[in-house]
Amino acid sequence: MTVAQQAPPAEIEEPTSAPALRNGRWAGYWHVLLARMRELQREPEVVFWVFGFPILLALGLGIAFRNKPADLTNIAIIDSAGAQDALAGIEHSPGQAKIHAQVLDSATALKGLRLGKFDMVVEPDGKAGFRYHYDPARPESVLSHAEVDDVLQAAAGRKDPVPTTSIANSEPGSRYIDFLIPGLLGMNLMNSGMWGIGFALVDMRQRKLLKRFVATPMRRGDFLMALASSRLVLMFIEVALLLGFGVLFFHMRVLGSYLSILFLGAVGAVAFGGIGLLTASRAQKIESVSGLINLVMMPMWIFSGVFFSYERFPAVVIPFIKALPLTALNDALRATILEGASLASQSGQLLVLILWGGISFVLAVRWFRWT
Amino acid sequence: MAPAIECRNLRKTYDGKLEAVSGLSLEIQPGECFGLLGPNGAGKTTTIEILEGLLAPTAGEVKILGHTWQDNPRELRERLGISLQETRLSEKLSVRETIELFASFYCQPRSASEVMEQMQLTEKADAWVGKLSGGQRQRLAVATALVGNPKILFLDEPTTGLDPQSRRQLWEIVRHFQQSGGTVLLTTHYMDEAERLCNRLAIVDHGVIIAEGTPADLIDRLGGHHVVEFSVTGNGNGQGVETWRTLPGVESVRDEDGLFSLNVREPHRTIPALLEVVDQQKAALLHLTTRQASLEDVFVNLTGRHLREG
Repeated sequence: MTVAQQAPPAEIEEPTSAPALRNGRWAGYWHVLLARMRELQREPEVVFWVFGFPILLALGLGIAFRNKPADLTNIAIIDSAGAQDALAGIEHSPGQAKIHAQVLDSATALKGLRLGKFDMVVEPDGKAGFRYHYDPARPESVLSHAEVDDVLQAAAGRKDPVPTTSIANSEPGSRYIDFLIPGLLGMNLMNSGMWGIGFALVDMRQRKLLKRFVATPMRRGDFLMALASSRLVLMFIEVALLLGFGVLFFHMRVLGSYLSILFLGAVGAVAFGGIGLLTASRAQKIESVSGLINLVMMPMWIFSGVFFSYERFPAVVIPFIKALPLTALNDALRATILEGASLASQSGQLLVLILWGGISFVLAVRWFRWT
Repeated sequence: MAPAIECRNLRKTYDGKLEAVSGLSLEIQPGECFGLLGPNGAGKTTTIEILEGLLAPTAGEVKILGHTWQDNPRELRERLGISLQETRLSEKLSVRETIELFASFYCQPRSASEVMEQMQLTEKADAWVGKLSGGQRQRLAVATALVGNPKILFLDEPTTGLDPQSRRQLWEIVRHFQQSGGTVLLTTHYMDEAERLCNRLAIVDHGVIIAEGTPADLIDRLGGHHVVEFSVTGNGNGQGVETWRTLPGVESVRDEDGLFSLNVREPHRTIPALLEVVDQQKAALLHLTTRQASLEDVFVNLTGRHLREG
């Protein structure tokens, strides 16, 4: 029994001065979103890491791995009877532009092979045949072996039983940069989702700003929604910048609809926002959350096919790789951007993203510490 | 009318071991300015954060404006203004933007311009929070508490680390809020602040209230309103506290490494007698001052420690 059960609770008294304003239901949401966007815009480092860095990365990697003519094969022919015939055969072959051959004495030629200067050494056996010295462990040596053999056989008069034609395929859509840009987009959505939500929240918790906010009548759900919304606004800019850059600078072709790409971007941004929220749910210090965020992101940088295809990993781990959220996002973005796949065909990937985001969000809300 | 703030047998244990608050009860009437005074680590912040509904007590009950924190926390928060001990507001937002952000959380806030005017922040309206001085930041923190037009203002060590001028500015703001009918609960470890601002105060030590009353009451309980402090050569030749205790008008004596302080009722009767004793002992006075008794004396008398010693 308490005293207050007898006495009526205190009435809400008239304010001491007439209120100048009356806020609507969503005033808090809009102001948090506005404040968040202002803070981001006023933080030059953030602008660089979110927008500038991915473009620099695309530019650097796009130039480094731009499509060059296939490398020249460097070979040596050991100076003996038949060497000049071999040289002539190579120089007059239709594919001679790809093979650079020179005649050298045996010792120099074999030393050059060992040092990697030559991809292979051709040694005439004196009976109109050749011996090939090559290194089966070096891809370019194996390639060279096949090419040179082909040329020499053709020069000696081999007739191919089936006529074949080769078509060079380095059109936009199949180049490295085309593979790279959707991967960078996915990675960027992960980075900025994790940092933009996870880091920002722990920073606010450490500064006791979260505690100060919950000391007001602020709706906590609105606050988290405003943070997520700020991610969506940024996502829009990130997608537009990176794709626009790919299209303008690398003449990338976007086959899928922009609406589908934005939808995937939004699902990705929100899913990683949820994971970011989970990483930030308890950490008290920005140092500890930084470690956590890197721990979560590191496997995905490596396995999720940002810079190279994850198909290179052993088949047993591929199902696990495909279950990672960034793999799902990258696969869906690539299929949509490069192949024009429909959203419906990406429902598996979308499901993976929604599950990661949804489960993280539920756990985060349960564990989240405001103070 | 229900008390503005009421709590009974408040307890808070951290991790089941450290008892920060151990059975604390308070009743603060509307319109009062109430101070929680005590050294660092006394449990002031834990207490005020429980009252603010930011920490759950381990035991005990809290009522704010007649409501518990379980009733309708959001409704209650509409009527409270809170300034935490240390909040680092976003540095890249301007003063106006920060106040408007906080205003947006309340149903019927005051206008940002009016609050800035009152807090003398109008000049800094468009300056980023990162560029403000300590005093300006503290005024901004109080501005974010006042913008919701609260009935009760909670201030946790509002003037710690401020220069004297900034402290006086803040005192003015608190007085103004109280004069317009608001209730204030503040914590401080500054005696002068408590004496000047608070109608009533509670001295807190080790999580319990060791004395409560108006500043004048508490000083009265010392027995004497005046303090005579002195030291003599040879520490009074081994003369203990007892010699000085028997001087006329002395209520109590403290010996702090040879510096004696006497709580006295009438210094004009005590001091001549004191000089006479010193003379008889052929000792010499090294130091002699008299002053009004303060809350610091109350605290030292109650705990044997100075406030700042913690």
